[in-house]
Amino acid sequence: MTALASEAATSPPTTQPPTARDKWRRRGPLLPALIFTIIITQIPFVLTIAISTLHWNILQPGEKSFLGLGNYQSFAGLQNYATVFSDARLRNAVVNTVVLTTSVVVISVLIGLGLAILLDKRFPGRGLARTLLIAPFLVMPVAAALLWKHALYNPDYGLFNGILNWIWQLFGAGEGPTIDYVSRWPMPSVIAALVWQWTPFMMLILLAGLQSQPGDVLEAAKIDRAGSFQTFRFITLPHLRQYIELSALLGSIYVLQTFDAIYTITQGGPGSATTNLPYEIYLTTFRKYEYGESAAAGVVTVIATIIVATFALRTISSLFKEEISR
Amino acid sequence: MTTVVDKPQTRAPRTSQRGRRRRRQAEPRTSGFPWWALGTWIVTLIFFLPVAWMVLTSFHHEADAATNPPSVLAPITFSNYGDLFDRDIAPYLINSATASVLSTVLVLVLAVPAAYALSIKPVEKWTDVLFFFLSTKFLPLIAALLPIYLIVKYLGMLDNIFTLVILYTSMNLPIAVWMMRSFLAEVPFEILEAAQVDGAGFIRTLVSIIAPITMPGLAATSLICFIFSWNEFMFAVNLTAVRAATSPIFLVGFISSQGLFLAKLCAAATLVSLPVLIAGFAAQDKLVRGLSLGAVK
Repeated sequence: MTALASEAATSPPTTQPPTARDKWRRRGPLLPALIFTIIITQIPFVLTIAISTLHWNILQPGEKSFLGLGNYQSFAGLQNYATVFSDARLRNAVVNTVVLTTSVVVISVLIGLGLAILLDKRFPGRGLARTLLIAPFLVMPVAAALLWKHALYNPDYGLFNGILNWIWQLFGAGEGPTIDYVSRWPMPSVIAALVWQWTPFMMLILLAGLQSQPGDVLEAAKIDRAGSFQTFRFITLPHLRQYIELSALLGSIYVLQTFDAIYTITQGGPGSATTNLPYEIYLTTFRKYEYGESAAAGVVTVIATIIVATFALRTISSLFKEEISR
Repeated sequence: MTTVVDKPQTRAPRTSQRGRRRRRQAEPRTSGFPWWALGTWIVTLIFFLPVAWMVLTSFHHEADAATNPPSVLAPITFSNYGDLFDRDIAPYLINSATASVLSTVLVLVLAVPAAYALSIKPVEKWTDVLFFFLSTKFLPLIAALLPIYLIVKYLGMLDNIFTLVILYTSMNLPIAVWMMRSFLAEVPFEILEAAQVDGAGFIRTLVSIIAPITMPGLAATSLICFIFSWNEFMFAVNLTAVRAATSPIFLVGFISSQGLFLAKLCAAATLVSLPVLIAGFAAQDKLVRGLSLGAVK
């Protein structure tokens, strides 16, 4: 009995059930971050939901005060949501968001996968190549968008038409074509700029996935004389699956929020051809001052994100369990 | 003997940090000419071309920047960068630096103890807490913009750099908590136990065991938080005006007021991207961990 007690005394944290005091001592360091996060991230979303049920346009000030933050006209119930789904502009924004997000994510995952496979091999200057490939992701997004719009896409002096012109002249074909990329293909122009920016992100995650393959399995495949395609199809690809999922899901969550590129390259135009949900919400809030509608559109965006995020969390959680069980 | 042991570590730090993961070598190509490498380099250079073009154009005169076909070999000048400072880019850069550095410091002050409470001495249900932090990162910021704008206006904090500091802190906190947790979890449990047996107190353990092991992780975490704050645009453009505007606002603002502006635009884009390029290259081995919120190493 005494022996047991003394043994427990030498290693108290692991064997004794934690007391209330010990529990709070453990929680202590966590609390500042937790409270900060709850205040800054949760309160605005609760307010967004509240505002989404109000008729509130600051150009027509109402009588009722919303927590002292401003005056609204009247309670709207779900009418703002009805507007979000029936209004052609907002529906268009939803469609554009889906088109933009899916195209950017699918294309950049595919190119990223190709690049990751190339970079997984040894070749001269591999480190430098990797460093250069990361650069597009590090260039400030606004700077990248301006660069694409003015230095690359510009019909008169942009690099793309410049290169075409140079090739045309090289073959003695006179002046090259003058293509106004952004006006002619607004959505593909935005997509191309974003694919350029997001491919390194996908590449890094997929490369990490490739390099985490257990070497003994690959060795075994080699001994069994599996061809490189077979090895890729039956060993690498299944292993890589969760990394592909992760990059696509995280990418979707980030690309869904695209604002900089739209604001800079097309301002949502021509017309509303490239207006996505974030840009439409921005316009509804700060150009039309329809607070109720903008909040409802915000809630719809959150719901869409939660759907994607649920899958993302599942993938992260499975990677996470793998990690802590190791 | 030590040199033999040390050599693979110094040669391949990335693989050694991956701990139990085995070093893997790609099988050597059998064919003579390395087509593979050549192809990879061509793709790499195509991807890098816009960045290279941006930097090159920033050193050209305006007249040479806007030619068709492009004048690659035009004379080099530094005047564009000088012009930027004449156009008062400095306050914007200072605002960006203030917002990024202060928010990064605040993030670390909050995230490191939290990560400690989620790894070394975990609270009960620590995985739930960890996933709560992560879920806040997934909420689209645009949906919070209106209430944040209203609250900030109510508090009289519009066009105030501390508003951005607070917002960037909340934006980066989940990333930092996840990253720092994954780094702290790498501190071997046996060493901590041994320290305890040897009678080392909390401070002693922290200073002589935990800090040295996690220092590279701390550096990488701060660089990644810095990158995200420095590049942020949506809050900056909607919540600041003249006093607290950051460098992306400078970029967007000055193109509308210029005639021939391409070279200056490229100079500005290069200048504002430079801190992040440096930070990103410095943290590139840990970048993937930050981008995947600690899920991938």
